[in-house]
Amino acid sequence: MIKILFFGQLREVLQTDTLELHIDELGKQPLNVAQLRAFLQAKNELWQEYLCSSRSLVAVNQTMASEKSPIAGDDEVALFPPVTGG
Amino acid sequence: MGSKQSKRQTFIGVQQQDFSLEAEYQALCLNNQQDGAVVTFIGLVRDFNQGTQVKSLFLEHYSGMTEKCLESIVEKARGKWQLGRVRVIHRIGQLELAEQIVFVGVSATHRKSAFAACEFIMDYLKTQAPFWKKELSSSGDTWLETRQSDQDAATKWGA
Repeated sequence: MIKILFFGQLREVLQTDTLELHIDELGKQPLNVAQLRAFLQAKNELWQEYLCSSRSLVAVNQTMASEKSPIAGDDEVALFPPVTGG
Repeated sequence: MGSKQSKRQTFIGVQQQDFSLEAEYQALCLNNQQDGAVVTFIGLVRDFNQGTQVKSLFLEHYSGMTEKCLESIVEKARGKWQLGRVRVIHRIGQLELAEQIVFVGVSATHRKSAFAACEFIMDYLKTQAPFWKKELSSSGDTWLETRQSDQDAATKWGA
């Protein structure tokens, strides 16, 4: 299963902290970040708005990823707003 | 310096509890005769929205990735400058105004490397490390937005 984590404002607004998806639910493979993002955005308008690439960053297996980064069936994917630490 | 050696010389702390500048300074200096320079930086919780009644800040993070990310930033710095010891501490959870939030300490043979690496680590931490600040004020809670100046500061070092 692909484990999807949400952090910060995304977690609050989408009222979701974790999702598990089977890679077969996501359509054609190989799967990348942009495709997973589009799949999640299709849920509703709120998800569409908050998961767009200008408002959310993606990490795959705890490393910052790009839109083209591949995702495998047992990866940990995280979606979060631009970071504000320090 | 081999990577095993440099790993041992790096300390990463992600914690709720406060830290002591004196203790951190000692950890950078104790039995360290080869380094002639120590640079430290401390970030404090400030009132971000001037005028509103900010009571405190809540720091959320992505446990696991945070530590990996900070380690990788320190390794990047070690690739750019000859460094001795590096210590990075970032606090999480609820913090009050004026409390210490982040510490970066670097020792090196000479001051230039120590100054540059300390600034580099902070600039990268602010744009790469998965921390999110939420401001808790009497008028409600607000997630802080990133600032373009922070992005620019990290960009100036090149990839």
